[in-house]
Amino acid sequence: MPPQPLGTARAARAFFGDLATSDTALRQLLHGLPGVDQAGAEARAAFLATRSVKKDSKLFALELAIAMIDLTTLEGADTPGKVAALCAKALRPDPADGDVPHVAAVCLYPDLVAVARREIGDKGVAVAAVATAFPSGRATLSVKLADVRQALDAGADEIDMVIDRGAFLSGCYGQVYEEVRAVREACGEAVLKVILETGELATLDNVARAAWLAMLGGADFIKTSTGKVSPASTAPVALVMLSAVRDFADATGRRVGVKVAGGIRTAKDAIRYLVLAYETAGEEWLHPSAFRIGASSLLNDLLMQRAKQLSGAYQGPDYFTVD
Amino acid sequence: MTLEYAPAPESRDVVRIEGSYGLFIGGEFVPPLSGGSLRTVNPATEETLAEVSAAGPDDVARAVAAARAAYEGPWGRMRGGERAKFLFRIARLLQERSRELAVLESLDNGKPIRESRDVDVPLAAAHFFYHAGWADKLEHAGFGPSPRPLGVAAQVIPWNFPLLMAAWKLAPALAAGNTCVLKPAETTPLTALLLAEVCQQADLPPGVVNILTGAGDTGAALVSHPGVDKVAFTGSTDVGKEIQRAVSGSGKRLSLELGGKAANIVFEDAPIDQAVEGIVDGIFFNQGHVCCAGSRLLAQESIVDPLVERLRRRLATLRLGDPLDKNTDIGAINSRVQLDKIRHLADSGDEEGAVRWSPPVTLPERGYWFPPTVFTNVSQSHRIAREEIFGPVLTVLSFRTPAEAVAKANNTPYGLSAGIWTEKGSRILWMAEQLEAGVVWANTYNRFDPASPFGGYQESGFGREGGRHGLAAYLDV
Repeated sequence: MPPQPLGTARAARAFFGDLATSDTALRQLLHGLPGVDQAGAEARAAFLATRSVKKDSKLFALELAIAMIDLTTLEGADTPGKVAALCAKALRPDPADGDVPHVAAVCLYPDLVAVARREIGDKGVAVAAVATAFPSGRATLSVKLADVRQALDAGADEIDMVIDRGAFLSGCYGQVYEEVRAVREACGEAVLKVILETGELATLDNVARAAWLAMLGGADFIKTSTGKVSPASTAPVALVMLSAVRDFADATGRRVGVKVAGGIRTAKDAIRYLVLAYETAGEEWLHPSAFRIGASSLLNDLLMQRAKQLSGAYQGPDYFTVD
Repeated sequence: MTLEYAPAPESRDVVRIEGSYGLFIGGEFVPPLSGGSLRTVNPATEETLAEVSAAGPDDVARAVAAARAAYEGPWGRMRGGERAKFLFRIARLLQERSRELAVLESLDNGKPIRESRDVDVPLAAAHFFYHAGWADKLEHAGFGPSPRPLGVAAQVIPWNFPLLMAAWKLAPALAAGNTCVLKPAETTPLTALLLAEVCQQADLPPGVVNILTGAGDTGAALVSHPGVDKVAFTGSTDVGKEIQRAVSGSGKRLSLELGGKAANIVFEDAPIDQAVEGIVDGIFFNQGHVCCAGSRLLAQESIVDPLVERLRRRLATLRLGDPLDKNTDIGAINSRVQLDKIRHLADSGDEEGAVRWSPPVTLPERGYWFPPTVFTNVSQSHRIAREEIFGPVLTVLSFRTPAEAVAKANNTPYGLSAGIWTEKGSRILWMAEQLEAGVVWANTYNRFDPASPFGGYQESGFGREGGRHGLAAYLDV
């Protein structure tokens, strides 16, 4: 029998049964989760950062990290040309080496989805769109849903939505839950990633609660950050989210993925996240279907480290394409 | 393929081990007068690392005389501010040579390099830094206007934290103006001998620190030598009692830091993932060779089963093996003798009806190894719930109310440490007040800092080490 984690049995009943979605009922559920001790979580995350990943393990980790990337551009200055270049890079990250896997997805604003869809076709890289008034989430539900539908109509495979942090922090859990549910429905078969924007949630207890709320609402992935708020993804936050998906899987049998995003620029950082996933959630999360890394410049560092691992020598940055 | 970490061994070439070592007396390494020797082995491989001298009574007399001469000579006359400079110098040298010390400690003791590198060596340096600061401020430490040192301190230390225990003993003694004769444990003499080299490098006046390697009879001769003013011992309660008998009536001052059987108490409202980490740190840190180890898990009955399930899953991720591998979590048991003791007590658990569980691990063929082990279905009356095992063996007991937790936690002849896990601050304070333990950790375990006093109640000993309180053990107050 799989272990029955504390505090999740009730959550599982609620999940399978008729979940009362009043703020009070959700408050009882979320505040009944085991607390997170900040100092302890930070110490554990720092400990896992000391793992030494070398040789074959390193090569494996580097290639896995490449395959887990959601290659991202989320700038006001994005153009169809920029997106086309991003898609080419996503499909064939290293023009000199066909053995490098393609990335998991490209991630962009909804209005550029059509361009990406055209470039990528059905070559295996997913097209993800940030929607629901990204990054602030400050819009009415109808606007958010329209945002989602447009992205889907233009050919998006995945939707990265943001939660309403204002509603969450003021205790309006029912509102956050209903929004996730509504977007879930609008998504149909598309993959739904729910961005918690942990940099605005302030405590690790809140991170755990928001994670559960998103999972109960039907998220396929829970995601740390938009990348527009500092701090973005941190190791303790990822640790708490990975513990949450592990407990949720134990309680419900459903594996929810985790996406870390924002500020992850080096291969070393990426490998540390893989170690966190491996030792916290378990081996089953070491797959692009369950773990993603939202990044842009990270990809070239992974390629550079991979080439070093294979050839024994570093190549200059000019041997890797800028985009 | 999965992310199975490839071997990442620390190089052992960073440290030079001599074939044989003399005794460190009067600032130099000298051959023993009595001529005995003993071998120290790497417990992970059983290979012999070096031969060290076994000091006899004549050597003890010589070392005590050297310490006396230094006390009545340069060290006794030196101002505190000057003594501080030597302590700072030793602290910095420990940092500079930290890699050497860490590798040597892991080779001789069997503990994972991660622990010797991240805990033992940095904390040893921190103790010298901290006490260096006290050396010229003793008159402001609350012990009157001019507290005096005691004289020659005889210090006998255990094998579980060889370098760190040497630092805990030497740093406060030297800061207070005493001179020292230190005897490291029989199975782990090498880092103390490297520390002797550091003392030479720091130009510490000859005789201020003397290091005598040897077995139990060396220690017995040292503590009962009439030229000694102060005895400090860390080790087993049985030996502590012998020492107390040996020094009674002699006028020597005594401090003892002995065994423990600490309760790590987890309430149903605990931060559960961090509590699991704390349980692991509490009993599997340093293979459980820790006097303040949280060897008795007291879990509230409402959560005991899910807590143990979580603990089992976590233990399955522990990595046991080569102590020099940077990813190793559990190293080797320090000696054959200790391994036999752990096996014997664990077997008594089986016989008394407790249920033994270990994660699937492959133990190396050579060396001394014991898997991380959890006993459930344990009663307060079982030997494994009462006796100090000093190994990676956790016993799980349950309780219903806070009062019962206190009663069970205190129901031991020991009283060194305890842990409390709950999100309720008022309960932490109430529990800490009730627990008869020298150290109480709340929502953490096995945290040490030189500014924080450490020591026990009852058969865990008396006297404190660290902080302002620790100075009292080396001052005439």
